[in-house]
Amino acid sequence: MAKQYEFSSKGLPYLLVLPQMVIVFLFFFWPSAQAIWQSFFLQDPFGGKVIFVGFENYTKLFTDPDYWASFRVSTSFAISVAFSSMTIALFIAVQANKKIKYDSFYKTMMIWPYAVATMVAGVLWLFMFNPNVGIIAWILKYKLGVEWSHLLKSDQAFLLLTLAASWKQISYNFVFFLAGLQSVPLPLVEAAAIDGAGPVKRFWTIIFPLLSPTSFYLLVMNLVYGFFETFPIVHQVTAGGPGKATQILVYKVRRDGVINLDLGSSSAQSVILMFMVISLTIFQFRFIERRVTY
Amino acid sequence: MKRIALLAMIALVVVGAYAQTTVEFWHAMTGKNGEMVQALADKFNASQKDYKVQPVYKGSYSDTMNAGIAAFRAGQAPAIIQVYEVGTATMMAAKGAVKPVYQLMAENNEKFDPKVYIPTITSYYSTSDGKMLSLPFNSSTAVMYFNKDAFKKAGLDPEKAPTTWPEFFAVAQKLKDSGMEGGFTTNWISWIQLENFSAWHNIPFGTRNNGFDGLDTQLVYNSPLVLKHFETIYDLSKKGVFIYGGRENKANPLFISGKVGMHFESIGGYGNMKANAKFNFGVARLPYYPDVPGAPQNSIIGGASLWVFNGKSKAEYKAVADFFSFISETGMQAYWHQNTGYVPITTAAYELTKSQGFYNSNPGHEVAIRQLLNKAPTGNSMGIRFGNFNIIREIEDQTWEDILAGKISVKDGLDKMVREGNKTLRDFERLHK
Repeated sequence: MAKQYEFSSKGLPYLLVLPQMVIVFLFFFWPSAQAIWQSFFLQDPFGGKVIFVGFENYTKLFTDPDYWASFRVSTSFAISVAFSSMTIALFIAVQANKKIKYDSFYKTMMIWPYAVATMVAGVLWLFMFNPNVGIIAWILKYKLGVEWSHLLKSDQAFLLLTLAASWKQISYNFVFFLAGLQSVPLPLVEAAAIDGAGPVKRFWTIIFPLLSPTSFYLLVMNLVYGFFETFPIVHQVTAGGPGKATQILVYKVRRDGVINLDLGSSSAQSVILMFMVISLTIFQFRFIERRVTY
Repeated sequence: MKRIALLAMIALVVVGAYAQTTVEFWHAMTGKNGEMVQALADKFNASQKDYKVQPVYKGSYSDTMNAGIAAFRAGQAPAIIQVYEVGTATMMAAKGAVKPVYQLMAENNEKFDPKVYIPTITSYYSTSDGKMLSLPFNSSTAVMYFNKDAFKKAGLDPEKAPTTWPEFFAVAQKLKDSGMEGGFTTNWISWIQLENFSAWHNIPFGTRNNGFDGLDTQLVYNSPLVLKHFETIYDLSKKGVFIYGGRENKANPLFISGKVGMHFESIGGYGNMKANAKFNFGVARLPYYPDVPGAPQNSIIGGASLWVFNGKSKAEYKAVADFFSFISETGMQAYWHQNTGYVPITTAAYELTKSQGFYNSNPGHEVAIRQLLNKAPTGNSMGIRFGNFNIIREIEDQTWEDILAGKISVKDGLDKMVREGNKTLRDFERLHK
């Protein structure tokens, strides 16, 4: 336990946290309050005409089947990204954790994709799958006989987005899983081996349960990533299309606000997203910090 | 003490007399076009001593518009801002935020005759009684591009592009039969195949003169002609004659890589096409249906115009008015037109460019201008003025993809576009009544 330091004067600690609080207030509380306020109005973007409409922006959203569709797409997208990037990362981390030659080289290479900007990741995958000039699209079409056209086929568009978003997140998960694996006490694993447990059994009964704090932490982080941080990929790869098939919630907020200049609805959508983040955070604090035991 | 104050006052007066008035000009032009914006400002700044125009690049069209909106709300608006054509109705409805150009020019006693401008271009940015609200800046129109080498290979005359839609579809089929992957594609489904298509056939896109006469306008383009057109394209997409390339200008690679032989794109994209296509290509007028009376009418423009914000000082307005007069001069317009590929905004600049022999080596640019000048614009071909126009185009893009994917029939799709588009028009009307 770290030793606690006591301030002699009462004012000093407040003074010390003041800069941080100012930043939090200016960049978090104030804009959030603004969003809540604006979500009750219809307004001209220049601020000339403002009409109070109460909860109309919200009721419009909740009665709009497209909004629910967007909600479903976002959820399944976040889950797919979290699932695929976590399982692949775990598999690779287990492999990299073995005593092999050049392991530090592999580890370094595995972390690299995380340094790629999300937008660039989107562009890379888009190029490879571009139905006209992409190499993978070409192989699929001429070698495997699969017509790749994510511009019109929504399942392919969804798959492409999941691939691009997961690819980038694997590195992040890999680092955490590797660290988690390295902190698994070796004597436990060795004892199990002496008792006759094979590598698979050892993994599922000893290593995997011991990794649960890492896994739960990553699950929340990946869901947050899938929900909120994949905007650049969607923006770059599908722009929400075909139709509205990949219009995830964050993408819709941005389009409605920034391009379509419908500030009221866009604010209402961000307030809804804000409550989603709050509940995810509460879930993380209550469930993960308390229930997941070592 | 008194003497110091006096000296200071004199100094202020002297400095004031020599101080230039600087006005900011926010724009969204990149690459060569961005350099040309700077060149126009440099020429203006060098031509006189009192005013300085400072171009500032603010990102994409929507970024620039948003930056302008945010700056206006914070009381920091620039004097001049470039706004794309879809933002026109929003800017017009923003009463109190903008200063109409006709008013600005009158207040500053600038010689200003709206008649020197090409009517199809100015009408897009004027009130229905002809008062110019913003100065047309970079204007383009939709044209057809065709691959001359592919025409030759398919046994077609490379100097003769199809002029009607039935001919066009037959040629597209021949191109496909000659071994190309497809016959044709198109950019900007909304701007080219709906807005320009309607103007070119002189049929209404919306009521109330396409929205020029009031906010109580309705979309009406789900007409038999558009339905026939879209059904034909849909059928051809099933046969692989039409290939979909994506929204906005994302279909360009299909044409540039030689997968299709014909394409629809803005004349503003000519430079890009020239730089990247490894074959001979030509530019031709948009095709039309010969059984439609009055077709072809004239095509409409796309691009952007310059808006002036309200609440600036007299000197700043004088600077803006001088700058606007300067860039409207024949020489400047010809210079801009020949270097960017955008069409000139005055008839004189077109004539000058013609007399300089520019079109002999760049026939494509003349095709675009002649298409705009084809006939005097009617209520159906002056332009398009709808609030929330971005949302309307987005609905059209999305529904078009659903049509091509077979999720909705062509008829239901067109009806859906109109129905949902009208909903957003009503939202806009409610806010700005």
